[in-house]
Amino acid sequence: MSDIPSLSEIIFYILRRGLYHTLLLTALGLLIGFILGISLALIRLYGAKELAWFSSGYEKLFRGIPLIVLIYVFAFGLPDIFWYIDPLELRLGGVVLALSLRSAAYQSQIFRGAILSVNPGQMEAARALGMKGSQAFRHVVMPQALRLAVPSWSNEYAVVIKDSSFASAIGIIELTQAAYFVSVSFQEIWALSYLILAILYFLFTYPITRIFGERQSKKLKKFGMGGG
Amino acid sequence: MQVLKGISFELGEGEVKVVFGPSGSGKSTLLRCINMLNPPDKGEVYLRGENITDPEVNINAMRARIGMVFQHFNLFAHLKAIDNVSIGLRRVRGFPKEEAREKALEVLQTVKMEKWADHYPAELSGGQQQRVGIARALAMDPDVILFDEPTSALDPELIGEVLQVMLDLAKAGTTMIVVTHEMGFAKAVASEMIFLGDGVIIESGTPEHFFISPKSERVKKFLQQLDILYGSHEKLLK
Repeated sequence: MSDIPSLSEIIFYILRRGLYHTLLLTALGLLIGFILGISLALIRLYGAKELAWFSSGYEKLFRGIPLIVLIYVFAFGLPDIFWYIDPLELRLGGVVLALSLRSAAYQSQIFRGAILSVNPGQMEAARALGMKGSQAFRHVVMPQALRLAVPSWSNEYAVVIKDSSFASAIGIIELTQAAYFVSVSFQEIWALSYLILAILYFLFTYPITRIFGERQSKKLKKFGMGGG
Repeated sequence: MQVLKGISFELGEGEVKVVFGPSGSGKSTLLRCINMLNPPDKGEVYLRGENITDPEVNINAMRARIGMVFQHFNLFAHLKAIDNVSIGLRRVRGFPKEEAREKALEVLQTVKMEKWADHYPAELSGGQQQRVGIARALAMDPDVILFDEPTSALDPELIGEVLQVMLDLAKAGTTMIVVTHEMGFAKAVASEMIFLGDGVIIESGTPEHFFISPKSERVKKFLQQLDILYGSHEKLLK
């Protein structure tokens, strides 16, 4: 690569080298964050007092630590414990852990808010039909809470995919690191490679937040879900 | 705070009890005690000889036999009309999907909402939503249905269709306790009326008693006020 590459070559290079890890980190971060987050929300809402304290403490802890610090802790802290695993996978695992544990703290708040914003009359009507509390929760409250959570959740997606760029700080080749490679190989166009990177991130976030954020919000309003 | 004091009454099969009185008098609380949405601190409620208020009793099974229609409908917002009606059959009564659907459709016919079966609550008018709400209660074949001010959240032009359904039910022998200020409805079908004030029964009796010779001044005044404010749906009742 001595000649200055064309625009499409830069885009293709960044995507080919980096897209896989960016999407992998985002998907795992969101998925594990979802499972933990919903569990934390349920514990905080319905758990015994001590468990609810734990959940609330967890949220405060992980919201109070910069992501890059979490990545350093998990990416460089884990290899000492699991020395027999491949270092690259360990570093990836460290980033996944950092992303998902922090996302869990935010997703916990998203789902707690969503569950609380389901009109209490819905639960009452379900109980009045003779449903057990757990049935009413599963068939009436949760389906609505999940729909109510979609706009905030799409925002969380945007946060995680953008923050997966921190993985470049420990040498994982994802979109940002790939753009960095271009920028150091062709210093004449280093600004261009980051501009392309910026546009790529935007294209991966904006349509999703548009569809699942704004459109879902309108839809929920139309369906009269949440609040009144 | 004690909301209800010394209230005692019986309701026979096929009877319609109308409960009315000023707001804050405990009407809604009374209904919510009956199906244990607000379990009473003291006192007992019996359904066909079984003590509902007994902590040993399976309250979910009891609630399945007591229908409830809410002032603000409380239809399940994420479910179509038909699924609102069939969900109790499926999840509480254990009906298979198809059977529950068939029965739900039948019940929607009795409230004249079968054409709207596939619509979501938000797509229906208040009157239509409340008819679905009644169908939801009715589908469970309850021993009694509790109506908590079923028309007071409705625009005036939508009240008639809901009252008509309730009248049909009453005439078909449904056992009902109705909290309402629709005195036309009470006149037409109430077996007994109860005037509640500050958590006690001030006066009770037949509609004739209330509309011809109520004893207490408070009841007289209240009835006059109702007549001025709401009128009555006399025309509907012919």
